[in-house]
Amino acid sequence: MTAAGKFVGRSVPRLEDRPLLTGHGRFAADISFPGQLHMRVVRSAVAHGKIRAIDAAPAQRFPGVHAVWTFADIMHIPPIGFRLTGLKQLEPYRQRILARDVVRYVGEPIAAVFADDPYRAEDAADLVEVEIEHRRATLLATEEPGFYDDERSTEPAIVQKGYGDLDAAFRAAHAVVSLELSIGRHSGVPLECRGAIARYDAERDVLEMHGAAKVPHWNRDQLAQMLGRTRESVQLYEGHVGGGFGIRGELYPEDVLVCAAALKFRKPVKWIEDRREHLIAANHSRQQAHKISAAIDVEGRILGIEDEFVHDNGAYMRTHAATVPDLAAAMLPGPYRVPAYRARGHIRLTNKTPCGTYRAPGRFETSFVRERLLDAIAAKVGVDRVEIRRRNLIAKSAMPYTLGLDTLGTHIVYDSGDYAGLLDKALAAANWATLQDQLKARRALGEKAGAGIALFVEKSGLGPFDTVRIEVDRDGGIEVVTGVASLGQGVETAMAQICADALGVDYARVRVTHGQTDRIDRGMGAFASRATVMCGEATRLAAVKLRATALAAAAELMQARAADLDIVDGEIIRAGGGPSMPLAALARALPGGLSAEDTFESSHMVYPYGVHIAVVRVDADTGAVAIERYLIAYDVGRAVNPMLVEGQIAGGLAQGIGGTLLEEFRYDENGEPLSVTLADYLMPTAREVPAAEIIVTEDAPSPLNPLGLKGAGEGGANPVGAAIASAIDDAIGTPGAVTELPITPQRLKALLK
Amino acid sequence: MTDITLTINGHAHAIRVEDRRTLADAIREDCGQTGTHLGCEHGICGACTVIVDGEPLRACLMFAVQADGKSIRTVEGLADGDELHPMQRAFMEHHGLQCGFCTPGFLMLAVGVLEKDPDISDDDLLDVLSSNLCRCTGYQNIIKAVRAAAKEMRGK
Repeated sequence: MTAAGKFVGRSVPRLEDRPLLTGHGRFAADISFPGQLHMRVVRSAVAHGKIRAIDAAPAQRFPGVHAVWTFADIMHIPPIGFRLTGLKQLEPYRQRILARDVVRYVGEPIAAVFADDPYRAEDAADLVEVEIEHRRATLLATEEPGFYDDERSTEPAIVQKGYGDLDAAFRAAHAVVSLELSIGRHSGVPLECRGAIARYDAERDVLEMHGAAKVPHWNRDQLAQMLGRTRESVQLYEGHVGGGFGIRGELYPEDVLVCAAALKFRKPVKWIEDRREHLIAANHSRQQAHKISAAIDVEGRILGIEDEFVHDNGAYMRTHAATVPDLAAAMLPGPYRVPAYRARGHIRLTNKTPCGTYRAPGRFETSFVRERLLDAIAAKVGVDRVEIRRRNLIAKSAMPYTLGLDTLGTHIVYDSGDYAGLLDKALAAANWATLQDQLKARRALGEKAGAGIALFVEKSGLGPFDTVRIEVDRDGGIEVVTGVASLGQGVETAMAQICADALGVDYARVRVTHGQTDRIDRGMGAFASRATVMCGEATRLAAVKLRATALAAAAELMQARAADLDIVDGEIIRAGGGPSMPLAALARALPGGLSAEDTFESSHMVYPYGVHIAVVRVDADTGAVAIERYLIAYDVGRAVNPMLVEGQIAGGLAQGIGGTLLEEFRYDENGEPLSVTLADYLMPTAREVPAAEIIVTEDAPSPLNPLGLKGAGEGGANPVGAAIASAIDDAIGTPGAVTELPITPQRLKALLK
Repeated sequence: MTDITLTINGHAHAIRVEDRRTLADAIREDCGQTGTHLGCEHGICGACTVIVDGEPLRACLMFAVQADGKSIRTVEGLADGDELHPMQRAFMEHHGLQCGFCTPGFLMLAVGVLEKDPDISDDDLLDVLSSNLCRCTGYQNIIKAVRAAAKEMRGK
C-alpha cells in the first residue's frame, strides 16, 4: 500500500450512519422473539446483610408470571470468571448470578421474575418479599481491611510493581515531594442501558444470545463453560450498541440469567435494564486514593517515585479482576524518566457496586496523580510547570523505551514518541506565553482565571491476535468478517478504508461484519483501544492476500502476467491497457469463490501520547468552573480517518470533563446509593463541553505494524482531571489546591475559604 | 385497558393499552416503531424525544392515552423515501453521531424546535440542545450539524 492511500488517511463519511439516522438501528431493546418472556431482577435494597428468607409465592401467583428464580434455581452455575488480569487469590470474591445467602451491595440480584409482559414482570418483582438481617456496611476502602466473610479479608490482593533502587533514590534526594490524592467513583454510563435476549433453538441445539457487545467471543466461551455446553452450541450476536466505554458488553449476572432461563423454559427470554438498575448494578470504576512521593534532585529531576494506593473495587471481583489497579500502577510513570519506581495497589472490597473498567482505566486516575506530582515538584523547586516537565521527559532518542513494568500480560515498551516535540506543538498552538500574560493581567484585575497542562502516554492495540476473512460477493460487494466489535466508534468505516486501499476497491462497497460468533471462530473484541490497530492490520494482511489470489486467478483467465495486472475501483485492469474484468466476474468465475483470511499477532501494545491544555475561570461565589478553552494534541502514529479520531478525542474529553467536575456515585452512611437517576449522576451537556482545539499528529508511527497505527479511543479522556486541576490551581493562585476529583462546586468553595 | 389511535408519521395505529403505558412503549412495542429510544425513562436524557402536535417532547413522560388522536412524528418519518432530511444529512456530514443511540432524540428535538422557530439564536439553540444527553460525541459536532441544517431549512 502506498503511504498516501486513496481512503486511509481521509475523513470519508461513515458507513454506519444511515440506519442510525433513519431509526432503523437494531439495539438490544429492538430485538424480540415470538412468545418471549421478560425478566425483571429483584435487587437488594440493603448494602450488606444476611438473607433470612425469600417469599416468592405472591409473585409466582401474579397473573402472567411464568417463574421466579432464587439462588436454589441457579446454584449449579458457577460464578463469572476473569477475562483479564485474573489472580488466583481473587477467585473466592467472584459474584454468583443470584445472591446465595449474603448481599453485599444495594442492587445485587437476589431473584429473577419471568413474566409474559415487562410491566407485569416489574409488578410481580415488587411482590417478592426478602427478609435481610442488616450487617455493618463498609463504605471506605481507606479503612483498615476487615473481614469479607469468616475466612477472608476485604483486601484480597496487593498489586505490586517496580524497578530500580528506590531506597537509594530517596537517600540521594535533594528533596522529597509527597501528596495525598483521590479520585471519585465514576462509570461510562452509555445512553443505551444493558440488554440481553436469549433464545434456545432446540432443532439445532444452539443457545443464542442477542444484545452482545465488546467481547462476544470471550463471553460465548464463558457462557458455554458456565452452562455446561460446547462452545459451538452457544452463539452470540451483536447488534447496534449504544455506547461502550468499558462497561458495556462485559459478562454480567443478568446475561447468564437470561441464557439459563431460555434453556430451562425453552422460550426466548428478554431483559432490558432500566436506568436506575444501570446506575447501581452495572460496573462502576476509578475510585482510588493515592499517597505518592517523589525523590528529586536540586533541579527537580525525578530520582524515584513511590506510590501506595487503595483501589475500591466494590462488593465483588468481576471480569476485569485486577485490571484497573494493575494498569494504574503500570502506567503511572507516563512520559517521564523515573529511574526507580515502586507502586503498591491495595485492592479493597466495600459494600458498593462492583467495579470494572471505564475509558482510560487506571490512567485517568494516575495521570491525575502523576501530573499533580509534577506540578508540586515545580512549586517545590520554584520553576515553571512546563519547564519541570521538559526536564523530566523521556527523550525521542531513547525510543523504543523499555519501562521495566508489565501489564495485561505484556512488557511495557514505548514503541515510538517525540514527547518534547508534541509539547512544543501544543504550547505553540495554545500561544502559551501570551496566554500566561493575559491570564496574569486578568488575575491582577481580580478574576480567577488560569491555565493548566498535562502530559500523558496512552496504551493501545492489545493483542494477542485478530483474524479477518474477506470475501468478494458475486455482485462485487466485499465482506470483511472480523472478531472485533462496534461500540459506535466507527470501526466499520475504518476497516473498510484499510481494506479498500489494500485491495483496490471503493470503501463504500465494503461491508464489515463484527460481533457474530457464528461467522468467525475466534475474536478478541473491542477494548483497550485495540480494534483499529489489531483488526486494521489483520484486515490489511487479508486484503493483500486476497489481492494476490485475485491477480493470480485473473492472470490465467485474462492471459496476462499477474505482475502486469492491477485492481482499481474493483476492476482488474492491465498495465498496458486493454480489456479488463470486474472483481465480481472473477468471483463468479471461480468455483470456490474469491476469499482470503489472515491473522495479525502482536505481543506488545503500541503507545500514543498527548498533551492537554485547559483554560478555566472559577466563579468564587458559586464554586463553578467554566472551561474557556481546551486544547488537545495527540499523536496516533497514523490516523485512518482523522474525522473519526477527532470524534473519539472530543467524546473522550466530554467524559473527562464529567469525571473532573460533575460525575460521582455517592452513597449515604448506610450504603444507600444516592446517584440513581441522571438527575443525580450529572453528565455534561452541550453547555458544559467547550469546542476543543484538537491537533492530531502523526509524528511517531508505530514500528510494530506497517501502517504505523496507534489507538485513538482513550486519549481524549486520560489527563482531563490533571489538566483542569492544574488550571484551577492557577486560577485561584494556590498550587496544589486540588487534591480530589471530581472538583464539585461545594469542594471548590471549601478550597476558596 | 383503553382503545386509542396513535397517528404516527401519518399512519393511524389502533391499539389497546393500559392507562399507565408510556407513549414511548406504545410507539415502540405496540406500533413497532423502534427508532424512538429509551435512555432513562425519567425525562433527563431526551433519547425518546418525538414531536407531538408540533411540539418536541419526551415520550417517556407522557402516557399513550394522552396522545390519543394527536399527530406524532418520529425519526422514521423524517426522510422522504431515500432522501434524507437536511438534519439527518447534516448529522452525517458533520459526524454528529457515533453510537447513534441518542441521535433520534436529537434529530426530533432539533427539527421540532427549528420548525417552530427557524430564526432561533445560536445561544438559544445551545440551550435547547443542552436538554438532551449524548455520551459519545462531546456535542460540538451535533451543534455544528444543527446549525448547518438550520441554515438549509431556513433557505427552503
